[in-house]
Amino acid sequence: MNLPLFPVGDDPGSDFAQLVRQQNPQPVLQDGDVLDLPHGTTCVAMRFDGGVLVAGDRRATSGHLISYRTMQKVFPSDRHSAVAIAGAAGPAVEMVRLFQLQLEHYEKVEGKELSLDGKASQLSALLRQNLPMARAGMVVVPLFAGYDLRIGEGRLFQFDVSGGRYEELEYGTTGSGSLHASTVLKLGYRKGQTRDAAVNLAIEALYVAADEDSATGGPDFIRNLFPVVATVTSGGYEQLEDDEVKSRSQELVDRLIAQGTPS
Amino acid sequence: MSTPFYVAPEQVMKDRADYARKGIARGRSLVATTYADGIVIVAENPSNTLHKVSEIYDRIGFAGVGKYNEFDQLRIAGIRHADLKGFNYSRHDVDALSLANQYAQILGQTFTHEMKPMEVEILVVEIGEEAADDQMFQILYDGTVYDRTGYTALGGDTEAIGERLEESFDERLELGAAVKQALRALSGPDRQLVPDDLEVAALGRSNGRRTFRRVLEAELAELVT
Repeated sequence: MNLPLFPVGDDPGSDFAQLVRQQNPQPVLQDGDVLDLPHGTTCVAMRFDGGVLVAGDRRATSGHLISYRTMQKVFPSDRHSAVAIAGAAGPAVEMVRLFQLQLEHYEKVEGKELSLDGKASQLSALLRQNLPMARAGMVVVPLFAGYDLRIGEGRLFQFDVSGGRYEELEYGTTGSGSLHASTVLKLGYRKGQTRDAAVNLAIEALYVAADEDSATGGPDFIRNLFPVVATVTSGGYEQLEDDEVKSRSQELVDRLIAQGTPS
Repeated sequence: MSTPFYVAPEQVMKDRADYARKGIARGRSLVATTYADGIVIVAENPSNTLHKVSEIYDRIGFAGVGKYNEFDQLRIAGIRHADLKGFNYSRHDVDALSLANQYAQILGQTFTHEMKPMEVEILVVEIGEEAADDQMFQILYDGTVYDRTGYTALGGDTEAIGERLEESFDERLELGAAVKQALRALSGPDRQLVPDDLEVAALGRSNGRRTFRRVLEAELAELVT
């Protein structure tokens, strides 16, 4: 690999995605059959006092079959933000990788972090670039959440396939189980709730989504697999320990058994 | 038809080298040394915004002296090289040596083929898992690469700075002591440098994935007093 130096007019500046396109041109998609690829499913995000939480289940499916049980759909995008993905697993994970690098690249070249709105705009741009892929069945719909250092609050954004960006003030969901998950969040969300309340609510929302939607995976006590839950606060991105998610999932299940109704 | 004047190639190279050396010597110097947790770079730089020291990748740092726009262009090209390589292959495949060779090629090419050589001197450092694997590559304006061990100085007056470092050099110092050691070498017997005149950054093995960390004013003042 040689040193990427450019004449003044062609210089991509701090835009890493542009640089990647200049260096590795992508094949142009031809019209054809929609591909049947592994899909990742439900993710939720919500605000709490002092930050924002992002959580996702672990299942990927191909049609009616489970293709992967340990998938990670929640990622740190940089120190103070997180991204969660639903949709075609391959392009989604690749988009996250490019997004993470885009933020890091900008920070190194410019010497400072992008603003939270700037980061959300970058994700919109990546989605817009993915639009031809989405039309071939490789749809990716992320959630983006982060701690806005300028105003000292957690914020979150939902997206659509075309890159449309919608800031949510309370909670957001994406993926096939999002309808059921968002009902739980709608009923359980409290303004200014604590971090612990938010974690419990996220676990319950994903449990209910898994209960109603075959493409969403619930807590798996046999394989010891639980949703990935992460928080972003002024201290940065932090993924919860598996043990904490396990014990909170256990409490939820115990409560449901005691009630005698599987929710 | 007019005949162009003949100038001996030795003379051309010497003139260019003198030109580049003069440009570099006009600027202020910097020092890099290994310390207990990695490598620390201490640069004399009164500006808080025009950096001489920068992060390239997880374990790779960059420092440049001389003409700011020229070494900054090389710095950005280095970040691109590293990020693209890490994206196309894996984060583990990005190393300082290949970057140093790329810099050497560009500087060598510019020195022999362009009107004007670059008036810069570049340092590429990489910290390993163990102190023994730490690397420092110093690249001169004409593309000459030096593999340094322990410490090095860039800029003008590097001989005197290097001698002062050699006297006191200890590779097992803590960060504060290492910065003080570098500061003494930079300032020499006749001058007193204060934290405001310095830009300090360290690549530390205990800093997590991205090992590069700037030591900002408040912390720096505490370290050197």
